[in-house]
Amino acid sequence: MAINVAPADVQLVVGAPMGYWRTVAWRLRRDPTTIGAGLVLLAIVLSAVLAPVLAPHDPTAGSIRLRLAPIGAPDHPLGTDEQGRDMLSRLLYGGRMTLLAGLTPVLVAFVLGTVMGIAAGYAGGFPNTLIMRTMDIFYAFPSVLLAIAISGSLGPGLWNTLISLSVVFVPRVVRVAESATVQVKSLEFVAAARASGSGVWPIMRHHLLPNVLGPVLVFSSTQVSLSIILAAGLSFLGLGVTPPAAEWGLMLNTLRGSIYVNAWVPALPGVAIFLTSMAFNLLSDGLRDAMEVRV
Amino acid sequence: MRAVDDVSFTVEPQETLGIVGESGCGKSTLARLILRLLEPDAGSVTFLGEDVGSASRRRLKRLRRDMQLVFQDPHASLNPRMTIDDAVAFSLLVHGTPRREARARAGRLLERVGLDPRLYGPRYPHELSGGQRQRVNIARALVLDPKLLVLDEPVSALDKSVQAQVLNLLQDLKAELKLTYVFISHDLNVIEYIADRVLVMYLGHVVETGSAIALADAPKHPYTRALFASAPSMDPSQRLVEPPISGDPPSPVNPPSGCRFRTRCAHVMPRCADAVPPLIPLAADHHVACYLYS
Repeated sequence: MAINVAPADVQLVVGAPMGYWRTVAWRLRRDPTTIGAGLVLLAIVLSAVLAPVLAPHDPTAGSIRLRLAPIGAPDHPLGTDEQGRDMLSRLLYGGRMTLLAGLTPVLVAFVLGTVMGIAAGYAGGFPNTLIMRTMDIFYAFPSVLLAIAISGSLGPGLWNTLISLSVVFVPRVVRVAESATVQVKSLEFVAAARASGSGVWPIMRHHLLPNVLGPVLVFSSTQVSLSIILAAGLSFLGLGVTPPAAEWGLMLNTLRGSIYVNAWVPALPGVAIFLTSMAFNLLSDGLRDAMEVRV
Repeated sequence: MRAVDDVSFTVEPQETLGIVGESGCGKSTLARLILRLLEPDAGSVTFLGEDVGSASRRRLKRLRRDMQLVFQDPHASLNPRMTIDDAVAFSLLVHGTPRREARARAGRLLERVGLDPRLYGPRYPHELSGGQRQRVNIARALVLDPKLLVLDEPVSALDKSVQAQVLNLLQDLKAELKLTYVFISHDLNVIEYIADRVLVMYLGHVVETGSAIALADAPKHPYTRALFASAPSMDPSQRLVEPPISGDPPSPVNPPSGCRFRTRCAHVMPRCADAVPPLIPLAADHHVACYLYS
């Protein structure tokens, strides 16, 4: 069997030395699925950010006469909801809330989890037991139940959603960061750094963090779609963003009674949630593949 | 478990002490104990008159400038996310050398170990071959200008031809920089080539020690003899007629009583089980721990 090597592959070998992150970017650019997912996400994020510019109507201003207008109604391209509010505007504004409530907890977990995980992994012994067993307590609850329990006791609202979801995701990231740290810590280059008289901080900063960041980043990116679904789920249950603000999960809840009147309009927030979480999933898959660089 | 038990030796300045033994006999543990990367339960390491074990944190940092370690695995011993330049310069930066100076010195050392710093400095470890990585490891160990280099199987993972290159480089560096080596290996040919004095270890104990020439000419301990017999010799007349050792070494968690080699020894006697044989002198610089010679 002939072995064909595309000229593009050869470039990696003979080209100028590339750093790790540049190699990852190089691979990502060559993965059509990831690029597709990335473009969809870019469109969703941009439309959320630019909602005040793009939205044709006030998302909270309704009209009794125009309730549940179908998709394609004049002046309301995506119809209206049960209070006669423009669906397109509400979806655009709702995206801001859902993305904010979905991304922030993962970002918080990424930062806190990495720090705690590296500290626990490198310290070992009692500090490790203390941190990891505490995390296990949170980990023991099903994520949805934990989020509902915390949100339920704190009361509804965006802030409380962010707090409860962060509590859900921090222990997961800590686990990944800790196990990666323990693995890297046992490698000889860490012993070499210790033998050269290096203190704890330079080792963590230059030897552990760069090697732990990859797996943690990939894991965190897989959690974004889950976080978005949880955030939407909390507001669907009335524990998240409060009316009249627009949020996809909340819209799904208030429109669910109208599904027999006009099936297409109530489905729209669901489609938005599906598209966003799917795009994040595909992007994190691509990222995982791209970051599997041989060492 | 006692990985290393009752091992004492001294290394003279500018000497190469070879430590031989099977895998699992405690050679790497010994290397890490010398540099206090592991804390010993008992015993002491004295470096130029100073007790390493009781040194304060600050003092230890200073001491570690003078003794460095070269590791076995050329893949695990370099940080995959650090360029070669940074990997070599790291120790200097840790000790407060200005970045520019550290870079320059790292470049000079890379050059000295035979790697063009302009070509290899900005590269990452996965772009280098095993031999090149081991050269980087040596450069990294030497960057702090140490007096003692502990080499833990530095050529075991390399091809024969590359082994020779790295060994010659080590010999040259030793003469040039007036270094002292503790050279750990399981390969007798390598040890014979590089070492002045040899320490043979079996399951955490020293079984024989002597000058490299004495040991190669007349190995005394049954284990040493078996080791030499199993090392392929290019000269048929040099081949020793010794029954090869069979089986695996016993578990170090529960070692045999008395002489630890007795379970695999062809000359085992009843008294071997009673007490650990002491190291007895055969010549000025040749000691063996075996009842055959007492």
